[in-house]
Amino acid sequence: MNVKTPSKLEKILASGQLAVTSECGPPRGSDPEGIIKKGTMIKEYVDAINITDNQTSVTRLCSLASCIRLKLMGLEPVLQMVTRDRNRIALQSDILGAASFDIFNILCLSGDHQSFGDCATGQNVHDLDSMQLLQVVRRMRDEGKFIGGEEIKRPPRMFVGAAANPFADPFEIRVPRLAKKIAAGAEFIQTQCIYNLDRFEEWMKRVRDRGLHEKVYILAGLTPMKSAGMAKYMKNRVPGMDVPDEVVKRLSGTPKDKQADEGINICIESIERLKQVEGVRGFHIMAIEWEEKVPEIVQRAGLYPRPVV
Amino acid sequence: MIVGKQKSIDEVWAMIQGYKKVLVFGCNTCVAVCHAGGNKEAEVMASMLRMKAKQENVDIDIQDSGIERQCEHEFFESVTERIEWADAIVSMACGIGVQFTAEKFSTKPLMPGINTTFLGATEKPGVWTEKCQACGNCILGMTAGICPIARCAKRLMNGPCGGSTKGKCEISKDLDCAWQLIIDRLTALNRLNEYETLIPIKDWSTDRAGGPRKVVREDVMV
Repeated sequence: MNVKTPSKLEKILASGQLAVTSECGPPRGSDPEGIIKKGTMIKEYVDAINITDNQTSVTRLCSLASCIRLKLMGLEPVLQMVTRDRNRIALQSDILGAASFDIFNILCLSGDHQSFGDCATGQNVHDLDSMQLLQVVRRMRDEGKFIGGEEIKRPPRMFVGAAANPFADPFEIRVPRLAKKIAAGAEFIQTQCIYNLDRFEEWMKRVRDRGLHEKVYILAGLTPMKSAGMAKYMKNRVPGMDVPDEVVKRLSGTPKDKQADEGINICIESIERLKQVEGVRGFHIMAIEWEEKVPEIVQRAGLYPRPVV
Repeated sequence: MIVGKQKSIDEVWAMIQGYKKVLVFGCNTCVAVCHAGGNKEAEVMASMLRMKAKQENVDIDIQDSGIERQCEHEFFESVTERIEWADAIVSMACGIGVQFTAEKFSTKPLMPGINTTFLGATEKPGVWTEKCQACGNCILGMTAGICPIARCAKRLMNGPCGGSTKGKCEISKDLDCAWQLIIDRLTALNRLNEYETLIPIKDWSTDRAGGPRKVVREDVMV
């Protein structure tokens, strides 16, 4: 696949090397220190850092401003953008704002429903959905045009990504849905956290059967478990999450003070196994409020040092 | 049809404070089918308000009346006198009927007796569900006859989202995922291949976004 943007993430993927991305959630306040600290902690160990966009619908410092912070530190941000909170004017405007700071990666999402967050009585927008946002960004970049058809002076240059959940229902459309996102313009995919490796491998097989692994870079998503309690919560309470009983059992069978270590072990073993899966082009490590573990995971999984491109 | 849900007696009672003659005014079509604001419900509401007045020892005359539809001029003739009698009206109609009645009687204070909830259907006695948001540009032909605008919590045109679990929506286990229903129906119709057709960006100008809407048909004007 040819490189179309100045994105470092795109260059690494195009070079055939396994990419590593991670993500940081912005703080619930205006102090940028949290983002700076998280970015500094992991910068040597990842190729790009996603900044979440009011994840779980909880109001936070905005993704765009946090991405600018990282960019000013010389890091490579991935701007996550949900369609929940902004109409097409605001989405395009924020894309231009990000492009003005040479932010070269975007991840297009619909976003969690607002009822999960701190503004449950608010409206949601969803003027576009995530597939339509993919189309919009690609058109802005490739044709230099706004939704309305007018020309953009200095179009954005962004490597365009989407999320995929191989575990959500209904399973029969999980691969068609990926195909649809690729048709809409997705160039890279970051998946939902993978705990059920058998099911993920089955999904990847179906992805390969349709040749989709040659049309999009798939980064396998991983979130290390901190405890058996977290595993149970993820299994039972988080929509669209598939945590097999073995994972819960393995953590429950570990003494409490060793469960976090065991969670890291599981994560590293998963990476080792996923490296063997044809079509997996890298890893997206989402260590939720546990960013300090990213360096260890990357090192122990044999993904360090990161390539220089 | 338009589905509604009665306001609590306490809320209606609070709204009519200070009036001496109150008419609880039913609307006997849509909101009668959902047992919220028909003429029978108006009668019951009036009776409960009278009990409340008695309990609170308030001197107020509360009567009830009703017509077939509060959204058409022709039905009002028979009740003009009753409406003139009252110094306030509690309309049991949907928001349309409340406003239409208010426009006809411009000096008459008018309060809503119900909350207009949605455009929906009767699933079974006692259960009504939303089916349409009147976006003004029907896409049911592209979505196997199931509307994601009205029935997906994120109104996704190209769903389902990653939160769809066992056929249910991420916001409630009691809510069907509209996209699961669409996929099931496409499967039943042997048209699942159509799932991969991208539904384009929607023109919302025919929706609320375009401002209050109006249909004018000169061919049927009298």
